[in-house]
Amino acid sequence: MKNQVPKPLLDYPKLGDWLKVTPEKKLVFFSGRVELGQGNITALIMMISDELGIEPEKISLQTARTDMTPNEGFTAGSMSIVHGGQSLRSAVATLRQQILNISASRLGVDALELNLSNGQILQKGSFCFSIDEVLDQIDLSSEIAAGAKIKEPSQRWVEFREIERVDLLERMTGAPFVHDMIEEGMLFGAPVHPANMYSKLLTLDVIALSKRPGVIKVVQDGSFVGVLATSQRFALEAAEWAREKSEWKEIDGKIENPISHLVSQSHDFEIVSETGDVNKNSGEWHELTVSRPYIFHGSIGPAAAVAKWENERLTVWTHSQGVFQLRDALAGVFETAEENITVIHKAGSGCYGHNGADDAALDAAILAREVEGIPVKVIWSRYDEFHAAPMGAAMSTKSRAHLDQDGYITAFDVEVTSVPHSSRPGTGGTPNLRSAVLIKNSKLPAKSPDVPAMRGGGAERNAVPSYDFGPVRVKKRLVHDLPFRASALRSLGAYNNVIVNEGLIDEIAHRNGEDPLAFRIKHCVDDRSKELLLRLDSETKRYKENLKESQGWGVGYARYKGISGLCAVFVNVTVDEGVVVDNVVSVSDVGEAISPDGVKNQIEGGIVQSISWTLKEAVKTDGLSTTVDSWFDYPIIKFSEIPSLNTILIERPSEKPLGAAEISQGPAGAAVSNAVRHALGVRITELPITREAIINSLLSNEI
Amino acid sequence: MQGELRCTINGVVHAIDSFSSEPLLFFLRDKIGLRSTRYGCGQGTCGSCTVIIDGEAKMSCETITKDVSGKTIETAEVFENQHEHPLVKSFIEFQAGQCGYCLPGILMASKSLLDKKQNLSRLEIAQALDANLCRCGVHSRILDAIEKAYQLSNEKKAPNEKSSA
Ligand code: FES
Ligand code: FES
Repeated sequence: MKNQVPKPLLDYPKLGDWLKVTPEKKLVFFSGRVELGQGNITALIMMISDELGIEPEKISLQTARTDMTPNEGFTAGSMSIVHGGQSLRSAVATLRQQILNISASRLGVDALELNLSNGQILQKGSFCFSIDEVLDQIDLSSEIAAGAKIKEPSQRWVEFREIERVDLLERMTGAPFVHDMIEEGMLFGAPVHPANMYSKLLTLDVIALSKRPGVIKVVQDGSFVGVLATSQRFALEAAEWAREKSEWKEIDGKIENPISHLVSQSHDFEIVSETGDVNKNSGEWHELTVSRPYIFHGSIGPAAAVAKWENERLTVWTHSQGVFQLRDALAGVFETAEENITVIHKAGSGCYGHNGADDAALDAAILAREVEGIPVKVIWSRYDEFHAAPMGAAMSTKSRAHLDQDGYITAFDVEVTSVPHSSRPGTGGTPNLRSAVLIKNSKLPAKSPDVPAMRGGGAERNAVPSYDFGPVRVKKRLVHDLPFRASALRSLGAYNNVIVNEGLIDEIAHRNGEDPLAFRIKHCVDDRSKELLLRLDSETKRYKENLKESQGWGVGYARYKGISGLCAVFVNVTVDEGVVVDNVVSVSDVGEAISPDGVKNQIEGGIVQSISWTLKEAVKTDGLSTTVDSWFDYPIIKFSEIPSLNTILIERPSEKPLGAAEISQGPAGAAVSNAVRHALGVRITELPITREAIINSLLSNEI
Repeated sequence: MQGELRCTINGVVHAIDSFSSEPLLFFLRDKIGLRSTRYGCGQGTCGSCTVIIDGEAKMSCETITKDVSGKTIETAEVFENQHEHPLVKSFIEFQAGQCGYCLPGILMASKSLLDKKQNLSRLEIAQALDANLCRCGVHSRILDAIEKAYQLSNEKKAPNEKSSA
């Protein structure tokens, strides 16, 4: 396998950037990645252990903190293993070679005669000494060899195979979260977030607030208000009291219906990709438009952080996806040098993208600045979580497909109209932290340029269908003037784009009188995708038989970002009062799967979350901010609504790992939407597919 | 100390402030230091704060501490030294978790079901867990794990009963 140099290695070329040897002769590896609950730390430990030839239990891994680990950017986009893991592999390969060379000269033999296995140096299979004996001779200043020879696929996973998640037990019965941190003398903070971040504080009885139970101090800076209290409970209660008693000046520019606002835009589209001339042939075109509303990340645990200021230096513990980017954003807000800030990752509730984690970190830092040397913990209320955190972007996509006389698709044209999908800290050069807008020395967010094409694109992600359809053109139009705050939610635009493209393909297959899966197989780009779809076909035949009137089936397929993991999903549904998903069968190919069960867990989670988005989720607003106060106003999928899941992984150990966490949302949403169309005979084009949407659509089809 | 209110938490007796209206959630997390019980909403709508009170799964954010006087409470910390418990074993076996924020609440809700020794179908277990939200989408593995835990505890408790049935 050719060794391409992954980006993190270019930035951090020294062995010492990636590992250290402790005085106790333990190996500690550094990763700029963070564990978000997706199991990537376990996978990284497995990769190190396999590459080096040492038991997984003997490896410790330090995840992202700005004063210790490489800066690997955001842990996002299913890239942890693809980039982060491959970098570590190269570093470990260099380390292994050094250990072998040092051992060879100690033994006076050729390094080629030696092997490293189970933490032992072996000469032609017999034990010489433990690697502990040579660890102090490792030269950490050496460069990670460009040609650091990582193991061939055939040599991998000989000694150790998949291990259990190293952190699961503690997450089940212990207190590993940033929410759980307790420090000597700690105070508890809570911000008073207005429903819209551009609101201005008009009135608040600060004296009365400071007399609420447990309140030690009220902090006000411009329109930012927060309290410091002696306990979590008192902090949350005081902030809630303040929110109810305070008055705010709202901004203008209500937008009652975000989707109609998007589709009524008239400014020009920008062509973001074009292969060939889509208008070359005249003939029959078919089209479909699908929209999705704003949806919540919906973490079960609200955003939280701990911050402490000491001698003008700030330390923050956070569950952010990008500790370095957060550090730089905080430096911008406090107008201090980046060196004065240390940001350390701690576990949080699953975030599924850019949620309120970074905002809560700023809230904690603003409050902690008032109490030198004292750590302040902020845990957002559920209200904050539903009002102050960024949401997944609303969007609408129109796809058109050109048919030749044989019923093949021979050109494809996509128009995406969307709110930008990412406004992470630092995007566009501004902090993009909520309270940075509220404080006196306000730092407004720049217009988000959306995610660039080289990182898979934002709104237009997966707008290019994963088939051979001849020339394809994708145009996008970003809309910036909505008053709501949006940022990256798992799979970005891919979810809606796959739903519309796969929906259109289905409509054409129905029109042709062809089996939708067979129609897709005819248009496959390569053997890899064909194998996947054929497997899905053979695994699902029995679910297509003996369907009742109210039942239907559907499929969805995409290769994430066009180059990452492949995933095809089959579902069948019963449409009665509402939609019930009965069975889900998925087939995926993520190249080399480091942790096959971990990959399946991610794919299943993606499917379940996507079913929830597709059938239930839409953020209600009053035109300026959300009106969701509790989970009652924003139902998500429940245990009794979970279908049976059959998750099949095609393992390809000699291929590159491709990432897994975001490959299934689009295909699953598409499969559900197509199955409902199959059962009902009409297509719901405004997500979510609720009971109300079904009734409306049936009524309008009768007229 | 006559008249003082007490409750038993994971086998240990604790005194309760009889005037306080503090929700049990904060008493457990911040006073007793049992922080596996998690704040998710404080509104009784997510289940991440679920504990067992006298055998019943209850949301601790909706329970006032002084109302548990004389009662017995269990939190997910009971499992800390019980890795052989059928629920812990089967959750690990099925790797039934991702971020894990929801898990202690779900474990307590399932433990109360398991302790009652009712024979529940998968759907009935699922319905009993509907008040517990999981955003990572691990539901199916969680249900697999609970079913397995049922099986393990039946085998342990009544080996003969089963074979003669
Ligand atoms: S925190 Fe108690 S139900 Fe959500
Ligand atoms: S495992 Fe993350 S919320 Fe359930």
